[in-house]
Amino acid sequence: MAAPGQDAKFFQRGKIEEFRAELHAAETKDKKFVKRKTVLKKIVANITMGNDMSPLFTDVVQCLGTPLLEIKKMVYLFLVSYGRSKPDQIHLVIPNFLQDCNDRNPLIRALAIRTMSYIPIPVVTDALNENLRHCLKDADPYVRKTAAICVAKLYAADPRRAEKGGFVEQLRDLMLDSNATVVANAVAALSEIGDRQDGVIFKLNLATANKLLAALPESSEWGQIYILDSLLRYVPEKHADAEVMAERIIVQLQHANSAVVLTTIKALLYLMNYMENRRLIDYICKKMGPPLVTLLSSGPEVQYVALRNILLIIQRRPTVLKNDVKVFFCKYNDPIYVKLAKLEIMYRLARAENANEVLAELQEYASEVDIDFVRKAVRSVGRLAIKVEDASDACIQALLNLIETKVSYVVQEAVIVIKDIFRRYPGKYEGVIPTLCQHLDALDEPEAKAAMVWILGQFADRIDNADELLDDLLYTFLDESVEVQLALLTAAVKLFIYKSKSDKAKELVYKVLKWATEDVDNPDLRDRGFMYWRLLAINPTVAGEIVLAEKPAITTDSDRMDRGALDQLLLHTGTLGSIYHKNPETFIRNATGKALKDSPALNAHSRAVLVPVARTQLPPTVVNVPGPGPSESHERNETAPPPVPDLPAPTTSKPTPPTPPLSSENASGDATDDGSDDEGDADEEPRGRANADPYSNLDGAFGNYLADEPRPMGGRQGDDEDLLF
Amino acid sequence: MISAFFIFNQKGEVLISRLYRTDFKRSIADVFRIQVVSNSDVRSPIITLGSTSFFHVRINSLYVVAVTKNNANAALVFEFCYRFINICKSYFGKIDEESIKNNFVLIYELIDEINDFGYPQNSEIDTLKTYITTESIVSSAIAAEESSKITAQATGATSWRRTDVKYKKNEAFVDVVETVNLSMSAKGTVLRADVDGHIQMRAYLSGTPECKFGLNDKLVIDKSQQGVSDAVELDDCRFHQCVRLNDFDATRTISFIPPDGEFELMRYRSTSNVKLPLRVIPTVTEIGTTQVSYAVTVKANFNNKLSATDVVLRIPTPLNTTAVDCQVALGKAKYVPGENVVVWKLPRLQGGQECTLTATADLTSTTTRQVWARPPIDVDFQVLMFTASGLIVRFLKVFEKSDYQSVKWVRYLTKASGSYQIRF
Repeated sequence: MAAPGQDAKFFQRGKIEEFRAELHAAETKDKKFVKRKTVLKKIVANITMGNDMSPLFTDVVQCLGTPLLEIKKMVYLFLVSYGRSKPDQIHLVIPNFLQDCNDRNPLIRALAIRTMSYIPIPVVTDALNENLRHCLKDADPYVRKTAAICVAKLYAADPRRAEKGGFVEQLRDLMLDSNATVVANAVAALSEIGDRQDGVIFKLNLATANKLLAALPESSEWGQIYILDSLLRYVPEKHADAEVMAERIIVQLQHANSAVVLTTIKALLYLMNYMENRRLIDYICKKMGPPLVTLLSSGPEVQYVALRNILLIIQRRPTVLKNDVKVFFCKYNDPIYVKLAKLEIMYRLARAENANEVLAELQEYASEVDIDFVRKAVRSVGRLAIKVEDASDACIQALLNLIETKVSYVVQEAVIVIKDIFRRYPGKYEGVIPTLCQHLDALDEPEAKAAMVWILGQFADRIDNADELLDDLLYTFLDESVEVQLALLTAAVKLFIYKSKSDKAKELVYKVLKWATEDVDNPDLRDRGFMYWRLLAINPTVAGEIVLAEKPAITTDSDRMDRGALDQLLLHTGTLGSIYHKNPETFIRNATGKALKDSPALNAHSRAVLVPVARTQLPPTVVNVPGPGPSESHERNETAPPPVPDLPAPTTSKPTPPTPPLSSENASGDATDDGSDDEGDADEEPRGRANADPYSNLDGAFGNYLADEPRPMGGRQGDDEDLLF
Repeated sequence: MISAFFIFNQKGEVLISRLYRTDFKRSIADVFRIQVVSNSDVRSPIITLGSTSFFHVRINSLYVVAVTKNNANAALVFEFCYRFINICKSYFGKIDEESIKNNFVLIYELIDEINDFGYPQNSEIDTLKTYITTESIVSSAIAAEESSKITAQATGATSWRRTDVKYKKNEAFVDVVETVNLSMSAKGTVLRADVDGHIQMRAYLSGTPECKFGLNDKLVIDKSQQGVSDAVELDDCRFHQCVRLNDFDATRTISFIPPDGEFELMRYRSTSNVKLPLRVIPTVTEIGTTQVSYAVTVKANFNNKLSATDVVLRIPTPLNTTAVDCQVALGKAKYVPGENVVVWKLPRLQGGQECTLTATADLTSTTTRQVWARPPIDVDFQVLMFTASGLIVRFLKVFEKSDYQSVKWVRYLTKASGSYQIRF
């Protein structure tokens, strides 16, 4: 082990003048350059702390003459930090750079071009261009692999110039280099260039893809990731091409690095779209399961990435983890983000055979401490009842036990899901209504209150004191949220239809209709009030038929995301997009979307549901984030452009998401859905696309309960915030 | 890819700051400090604000942070952070604020080397140590030939090993370490029991040794096709970069040229026939609202020649506990009010041995009648020369062209820490 450093003492704020003086003093009598090294370390420490050291530019640059590698590296670090802001002084170091570019030592040559390319200003790039061209053909692979990344840097700074310089062609040649590390870096650089909206298109043909695969076993783990990732740029023309390629990469599932595993899975999922051989597809699905589960013994951060991806993968390929629900049971000390992600997977994997085990777990979680987790567990119990008919009795009993705890948020969640259970199994569980009514006072959240009001109205004929209960609730009508007001309005109308003889019901409905049409500003509520009023006035019998019309039973069909949307999202396996279950172009500025490319080999169903890349350009609005933080202060950056005035707000802030799938009154299909999950990856049977928005079911499984759903912050209303620093 | 890399201490001060791309200024660090360090309720290791995403890993009250501005590969970013942590541990023996501050210049060198423009590069510790050292090197003094050797290794097919390794005595130590995960219901049924195994190797072998490694394993791809054999069923295994995956896929042999020194050769997972070393039988009764009585028995379920060491049971008590009176026949038991648990420590428990804790917790009366959540009892322990999965190392063969003799040692350890949980 290297001798422990003793540099902590340099972590002190210092003054420019002092450092300058110390550097000058070090020019004489500096045995073994200890003095210079010390001052430079102090300067680097101050850069770290955020102190502007750029006034020392000329002084620090003087140290480049010192023949000590450590000093050279510190000066280079200084140049990387401040070089860009000193275009008029940077010429001082160009001769040093050029000398290093031609050093006999390959490490020095690489260091020189790496550092120069970090300073993307014309003076430096001009000097770099010619040297980089040589370095791309250097005899030493370390220099070539460094040069490959330098091209990506040049391209980022000035795409057109890099193209004119012929660097992209040189990169392309490097993909055929004899050294695997060089190949991998060339691929990484080309991918970066290809991902730019203004970049050269980077596609792979079969021959090149095969050459890259040949480099795979000799690549470093990171190199393997770059190469595997690039396979998505290859579009198989024949089923066999996709199949052979999948067989070649499948061994990478056994790699220790989770990113290699996930990227391999991404490539496999992609290639499966172009395959025909059912048995091979099944085999691959079976092979993917265990490595995905093994990711759960990595650090919690990687577990989280894996879980969010598993959630997507099992929707598209349910056979992958069909029998593994137990491994997703939460450990008491799992971090909360891991627990929440596991819960969703448990629900997805629940079937008649394992429903009891899952339910027992959910009940256990319902007594834990974290409120979000408990709520979601309670919801899941209700969702389980709806999904698995055999388990519904046990789930209802579990919910009633939970209500007995009288913990406010538990009761509220239970009421919300029980409402849906009533709709799923009409006539079966209404016996529990009296128990619910006892807890009316505990409900203070709009969603729970609205659910309870719905139950009161819907079953007003079976609840003896429905009129009294409703009357109580109406006291606060004008202060309620719109959600509750709408529910109260409908409930009062239902009550009146059931009990049209009752004076109390008459009085209530009149009162509510009057409020809704005269005292309330919300147009929806007012319109609905008028509508009911007229219905009742014209023909109360017909009104009854309309208001109490038989409702289609609820199903869990809408739980699963649309197949085309899944195919598209899975192209982003392992990336941020897969964490948020969003296509990157919808939340990251300048991100390019991806879509499956058509080819004769593309599976017919995949083609039928193909979602083209959405051309969403995030508007260039800018929001400054409040800063700086408590313990550090620094100069505000003056070069930041002034905030662009907000774009005119979109007419409707965002198309209201289609009514939450679960409660939508027009849910179609019948109530049996248990088997449907398992057929999900049958590629042959295209189902009609019912929904215009393929992403509408994205959050389906938990209704509109999304409090814990990971999502990017800002940018939710379409005007993306960006951090300007 | 990664645009910026930071290390923060617990107070949110920046200890290391490296911008790989020009799309951020250093002040982006302030945003992280506000959003994560000074936020008491951070519920995700990834935070995305606008197009900017912060990935963080916490270790010893440090934050290792990567910032990106594109649709970054999240697994890669975290693996990179983990690797950085491992490199620091290997270089400095530990990673904490002190070691980071003491070596910050070296760390800058390292992160310039292991990441270029946000793309992780060769990060094999053995190779890094050949050219990134704490000693001062006079730049002209490193011979170009010496450097060529280094660069060839850093970019070569066995980037994890130097070619000039020499030992007087050639030895290899293999440690099979199994972590048992158990979740047992209050009724005593096993909800889940599985084993996460690591095979850790310390190879002190000269030259370029070719190793072959054999286990009594059988990889089960399809659980329905169970065969009859005494082989241990592994659900899955993952290997160090050095293992030839194609060989493994074709013939199930684990062949590799090991890195010099310590590394994790493989990881595996087993869920069938897991032998649970300790059996815990809790009886916990709430007596009215003022007392809880405990009788917790722990039994060592293995050969009496072996013994479990460092056994620690953490038995939860209600939040309104005022005092606990504990009696144990073996070890020491103590109520820890800060954590609401009784900690029962048994330095040693012989195979077949059984002992019981009895205790009574006194509760204060509370106004809110909140139900006690009853977190599970957690047991930590270690059992040497025992594998819960039944895995055995069959052989480790070393071939080297100089044909030296090598000594191999195998050790087995089964342990639990924070993952062996019994509900009651």
